[in-house]
Amino acid sequence: MDVNEVLLPGVGLRYEFVNHEGDRIGVVAQRSGDFELVVYPGDDPDEAHPILRLTSQEADTLAEILGAPRIAERFADLTREVPGLSAGQVEVRPGSPFADRALGDTRARTRTGASIVAIVRGEDVIASPGPGQTLRAGDILVVIGTREGIAGVQRIVQG
Amino acid sequence: MHTPIALLLELGIILAVLSLLGTVARRFALSPVPLYLLAGLALGDGGLAPVPAARDFVDTGAAIGVILLLLVLGLDFTVREFTVSLRRHRSSAVIDLVLNAAPGAVAGWLLGLDAGGILALAGATYVSSSGIVARLLGDLRRLGNRETPAVLSVLVVEDFVMAAYLPLLAVVASGGTWWQALLAVAAAMTAVTAAIAVSWRWSQHVGRILSHPDAEQVLLRVLGITLIVAALAEIIHVSAAVGAFLIGLALTGTAADRARAVLSPLRDLFAAVFFLALGLTVDPGDLLPMLPAAAALAVVTAATKVAAGWYAARREGAGRRGRLRAGTALIARGEFSVVIIGLAAPAQGRLAALVTTYVMLLAVCGPVLTRFAPTRQAAPRPPAPRDRAGGRPPHEVSAAGPLPAPPRPGSGRDAAGPD
Repeated sequence: MDVNEVLLPGVGLRYEFVNHEGDRIGVVAQRSGDFELVVYPGDDPDEAHPILRLTSQEADTLAEILGAPRIAERFADLTREVPGLSAGQVEVRPGSPFADRALGDTRARTRTGASIVAIVRGEDVIASPGPGQTLRAGDILVVIGTREGIAGVQRIVQG
Repeated sequence: MHTPIALLLELGIILAVLSLLGTVARRFALSPVPLYLLAGLALGDGGLAPVPAARDFVDTGAAIGVILLLLVLGLDFTVREFTVSLRRHRSSAVIDLVLNAAPGAVAGWLLGLDAGGILALAGATYVSSSGIVARLLGDLRRLGNRETPAVLSVLVVEDFVMAAYLPLLAVVASGGTWWQALLAVAAAMTAVTAAIAVSWRWSQHVGRILSHPDAEQVLLRVLGITLIVAALAEIIHVSAAVGAFLIGLALTGTAADRARAVLSPLRDLFAAVFFLALGLTVDPGDLLPMLPAAAALAVVTAATKVAAGWYAARREGAGRRGRLRAGTALIARGEFSVVIIGLAAPAQGRLAALVTTYVMLLAVCGPVLTRFAPTRQAAPRPPAPRDRAGGRPPHEVSAAGPLPAPPRPGSGRDAAGPD
């Protein structure tokens, strides 16, 4: 499926695609974290018909509802099913620039495409860490992505 | 410590009145800027209710207000957005500059202003208010429309042009010679290039110095460094506002997001004080004689903005309605025109009155015209109230909670990744 990306300077990004029924759908991702869903009547992208607006939290919830069943079923075998996708572990060493900083500060997913899906801290496992989660020296990050992506996360985290 | 009761009381009343005006403006989806200017007029010399005790604070606050306005503006823009905008809309930007600066320059010449005054008036008629327009497009739900990237591109280029224009104006308005002015522009351009290079190559390090988990630390560091750089810029005769704008440009990524979140409320407060202060410096009695000139200038430059927007939207392939919408969206002038006058006004009393009237006209009429520009569907719904905290009935709370736990730890919820 082709997703068209339109830059909205100073505001954010707009993604446009056509679904299987031929509806032209637009998603405006604002810099503030809010989202707006629009459709274009007919084939004319001149005038968007607004559908709904979501805060970042509402958008997360919607994404979970839409994506959760599939992800939950498939994730376990994902690394075997999808060629090129693998899981790896990255240690936060004591000298790391991101020790005692928020996970979001690494911008690891944006920069490498790989996701940090869990943090192993001693006996504890922090599943699905949010961007605000503070990293500590000695943490083991569980990373899913391409081999290059995981290596990239390693380079970022270990400085 | 002695508590200055008169200062507290006057300031409290001023802020309460500004809040009331802001609410009224938002109620009609308009910018509060013209109302803040009006409030300043009412409080100034020859106004209804002078505020001698709060005057010093308002004057100091206004200086900080300009710096914060430009700092946050710089934070809002990325180099990529600028280069992409310039590549696609170079000709739109040139047309916008020529069509809209010319009427101001001609008017300044007809009014017999000096070089600084002509330059200031040309700038005030050229630059649209990116703050008003971006907000307006969101409120009117036009972010999905085809013409919107064209409008935003024109705004981004305008805002970058300001980085070269403001130092030029600062020198010319203070009576400097042309070579001094060129030197100031060269210094500013060098600083802009340096800021961009720094943010490009060492964004990690800049971010590390200025970011901290503690919001208080982020606020103190960013504000501290910005004020120091602003002061240094003022020493070398580049305006303090430009220095602040550069700091904003140099900060990117997460550091910029944090800084924007922490600084925005402070910016809103001091920007309001700045608009108030400009109103204070103008004698209301001077406005009426300027009204015909301001109105004529407003009509002409509204038409030229529509032409510029029409051209830009056509380059994006928008239809006639879209082109008209783009043109009317650009009409609103606001904070930047006021900043320009703030820089040039000390030497030009008449100019301040003219531009204040002009901005008040267009900051009100611009959004109204944009709103009634043709669209196919019925009038857009007014923006939903944003603050619903505490208003949610208990049975809805579970809907906002997390979904049932996935089968294994770490499975699913990929959306909560480290971004």
